Amino acid sequence: MELKTIAQSLHEYEKKVLPRIRQNPLLNHLAEASGLQEVEVSRALQWLSNKKLITVNTEEKEIIELDENGKKYQQQGLPERRLLTELTNKPTPANELAKKANLNQEEMHACIGLLRRQNAFHITKNEDLLLSITPQGTKLLAEGFPGENILRKSFPLKTVFLTDQEKQEITELTKRKKIINIEKKKIISAQLTTAGEKLLAEENLDTDFIERLTPEMIKTGNWKGKNFRRYDVEVQVPAINGGRKHFENEAVEYIKRIWLDMGFKEMTGNFVHSAFWDLDALFVPQDHPAREMQDTFYIPGKAKLPAIWTKIKEAHENGAGTGSRGWQYKYSKQEAEKILLRTHTTVLSARTIANLKKEDLPAKFFAVGKVFRNEALDWKHLFEFYQVDGIVVDPNANLKHLKGYLRQFYKKMGFPGVRMRPAHFPYTEPSLEVDVFHPVKKEWVEFGGAGIFRPEVVKPLLGFDCPVLAWGQGMGRYVSEYWKLTDIRQLNNNDLKQLREIKTWLK
Amino acid sequence: MPKVTFSKKEIEKIIGKKLPIEQLKDRISMIGTDLENIEGDEITVEIFPNRPDWLSEQGFGRSLASFLGTKKGLRKYTIKKSNYKVIVDSSVTMRPYTVCAVVKKITFTDQRIKEIMQMQEKLATTHGRNRKKSAYGIYPLKNIHFPIKYIAKDPNKVMFQPLGHDKKIPAIQVEELHKTGKAYKHIAQDWKKYPFFIDSKENVMCMLPYTNSQDTGKVELDTHEIFIECTGTNLANIKSALNMFVTMFADMGGEIHSVEMICPEKKFTSPDLTPTKMKIDITYVNKILELNLKEKDMKQLLEKMGYGYEKGHALIPAYRADILHQVDLIEDIAIAYGYENFEEEIPNVSTIGQEDPFEILLRKIKEIIVGRGFIETETFHLSNKKILAKNMMNNAQLIKLQNSISEDFDYLRHSLLPQQLEILSKNTHNEYPQNIFSTGKIFLEDTTTETGIREEKHLVMLLCHAKTDYTAIRQEIEHILKLLDKKCTIKTTEHPSFISGRTATIFYKNKEIGTLGEIRPQVLENFGLNMPVVGCEINLEDFIGE
Repeated sequence: MELKTIAQSLHEYEKKVLPRIRQNPLLNHLAEASGLQEVEVSRALQWLSNKKLITVNTEEKEIIELDENGKKYQQQGLPERRLLTELTNKPTPANELAKKANLNQEEMHACIGLLRRQNAFHITKNEDLLLSITPQGTKLLAEGFPGENILRKSFPLKTVFLTDQEKQEITELTKRKKIINIEKKKIISAQLTTAGEKLLAEENLDTDFIERLTPEMIKTGNWKGKNFRRYDVEVQVPAINGGRKHFENEAVEYIKRIWLDMGFKEMTGNFVHSAFWDLDALFVPQDHPAREMQDTFYIPGKAKLPAIWTKIKEAHENGAGTGSRGWQYKYSKQEAEKILLRTHTTVLSARTIANLKKEDLPAKFFAVGKVFRNEALDWKHLFEFYQVDGIVVDPNANLKHLKGYLRQFYKKMGFPGVRMRPAHFPYTEPSLEVDVFHPVKKEWVEFGGAGIFRPEVVKPLLGFDCPVLAWGQGMGRYVSEYWKLTDIRQLNNNDLKQLREIKTWLK
Repeated sequence: MPKVTFSKKEIEKIIGKKLPIEQLKDRISMIGTDLENIEGDEITVEIFPNRPDWLSEQGFGRSLASFLGTKKGLRKYTIKKSNYKVIVDSSVTMRPYTVCAVVKKITFTDQRIKEIMQMQEKLATTHGRNRKKSAYGIYPLKNIHFPIKYIAKDPNKVMFQPLGHDKKIPAIQVEELHKTGKAYKHIAQDWKKYPFFIDSKENVMCMLPYTNSQDTGKVELDTHEIFIECTGTNLANIKSALNMFVTMFADMGGEIHSVEMICPEKKFTSPDLTPTKMKIDITYVNKILELNLKEKDMKQLLEKMGYGYEKGHALIPAYRADILHQVDLIEDIAIAYGYENFEEEIPNVSTIGQEDPFEILLRKIKEIIVGRGFIETETFHLSNKKILAKNMMNNAQLIKLQNSISEDFDYLRHSLLPQQLEILSKNTHNEYPQNIFSTGKIFLEDTTTETGIREEKHLVMLLCHAKTDYTAIRQEIEHILKLLDKKCTIKTTEHPSFISGRTATIFYKNKEIGTLGEIRPQVLENFGLNMPVVGCEINLEDFIGE
């Protein structure tokens, strides 16, 4: 950039600082000389340095000061000297010595340890601790203790003026409580570059540039004939945040949109259901392992059952005229009346089918909602999470259609390759597991279950048998992958920084 | 789902050929298991609960051999008639059914014993529902004297040496001393007497549902003849379990011998390997699968899955426990046809998509609030008493879960506000202002509903920064209500969580629908917050359906 252009882009602060650098290279002096705050000078220096008009030099200096105990010991002597001075050849109780030397318990403790390492005293253990001086102790008293030398100096000290021996002693003293305090100070200084010198020599910094365009100026027109100060448009600006939806809900909305576009109606409903609706109506046997306490959240109480409960009972016991032999056990009404938090959104499919009439067909429904599992929260398990469910109730539906709908859905989710593999669910037959081909991992990844509802499910609920294509899958996998979450709990920990800054769902 | 490990060499021996590893992986997946991996000689698969007959190498290999076409169709097994007798006493009401069999001419190896134990254990867990529905025992034949009695006895009066135990103990002590006793005693919690198998010399063979005895119940390398018993609460269940055992042993080269079961009401011979006949309607098959199979095609596909076929009927092997309806056969036909071979198709059916009206309203409300710069949070529907009540200084009626394994999440929330304050308390290191909102369900007791619980959709909004106040939150709410065209009135009120004199109730059509105000400093302190918070929670239920 030309010097002229640079001169036109100088901020008021920069204009105040630049001419004063030659006389006052230090930041604090510049502040004094320019009448600006130190932060303002600091910003000006940064900008000027960006424009290559100056170089900024930051030096770290250590200033060594005496702390609370240090000041005390400077006058009274180090605790170890005071203790050793009181010692004689006669074994004397430690607490008596402490009193004489005026040492508190902590100091006493520290210097007994220190002196013992140097063999400065004998210890006799009586009821009390008895101490007496050794020849080494006497010698130590005469030669002086490490650190005493330092304490005699006048503070503050600067590291640069210390010998290696002194530095070592200071390091030792810093390990002790409140003797030495080392403060690190940044000394910032600036120096003009050749370009800076040249600019000062050749350009006029007093030109009156417009800083901010005001309504007043526009009204009066006195902007005419003047120049605007040039901004450094490439410099970083502070980040701002806005309101936004939770990122997981962005994904939920997208998934809902896919099904809506494919002509599906949305199903919603309660989270609290009877075991009857959540499980029995879907022909899950009453002794199925998933119904046990450790997997499902139960709520105390007894639910009211709808009139069709007797038909479901028959389906379980003997197939209810569907051509099935049923589970061949005695159905328990009590088990059906248990209250639980829904274990899958498929419960909404069961309730929807129960409300359909022949003239409503064909009909297609979907649900996206939270489901619950009695699990401990950890990095890969949540006790509540989203599930996506869908059903197609159509007298002409078949397995190929099921494959078609799912293929379409996964394509829109970004997975062109879909594979169906045999699986088992108590309420579908045929049952299948849907794998998608992961474009990055280059392997098949299990994504969800699907199938055609069993006649034992459909006939009691709908009143007649009809193929019902059905599927259900978690969403955790898309969401974790899309946002590269390493811990599934990040979905619900509501860290506002993350919620503000995480990228938006771009599908 | 139970995970089992098979020897690849054994499986290859059973299916009669070696496949390239990728092809083997593919076939194992496509027959209907969750293949974990194949490493060295170990094949690890998860078996779906409908195929307990695949828990043994022999059972799984048998199906795979049919599927691969090396040995198709219904297998024939012969049962030699013998004079072994088991007498079922009428006292075993707590576990009334048993079926038994004898198998001879088998050779055990360490590997085989391990494999049989794996199958026995996994079968009892799944098919036997952790031994509650059924359990199974295997004994060397040579130590047993027939006829055997299946009888219930007072466990205080029976002495025996449980498997792996060093001495005889009273049977009642098994529940305290033996690991199976500790693990399964819940099954017997209402029993006064326990079922035992006792031979004609009064030797205790086993105590149910726990353990065999050390004297009669330990299969060893020199064992060549065995007695098998299955007991349980459902006859069909134990019959299929026994059939899984005897066909497994027969496939190992064993010879099945019958046992006469003498029950109080009737006698029968066990095991029964007669296949079940089920009618199969080819039109229905073709409709569901959208195929055009001829009868002979269907017969071939059924045979590929180990069935027989006879004039419109499938012959179901006696070890299959999962065929309830012809749809179960259709699934197997589809598997035999190959799931990968079905073309996908989007049918030309016109239906109109429709979003739930409440969801539309929620979406609109969220858009308005996001436009005001609020951040949406997502919280769980479960929390705890400290957050929901204690910190909020209220004593609301909370609904507790019966069995939550976590003390941090053992109550259903009755309000959205507490968890939002919890969020603020976890974000004190982040930039202010922190203006957040959320929508979601809350749970209240209500005896008029089906479950005794009413669910309401609420909206919560909080402003948290140094200069916020009642006016600020009131403005936010009025802004939303104005855009939703809902005319509400605001009246002063008192609330344990809000500052007195700075709290209001929102009325809509003369019904209280929400509260707004400045949060009490004591509540803020309870949450560890030192920034003022104002907030509002509204029930949205009445805004819908208009």
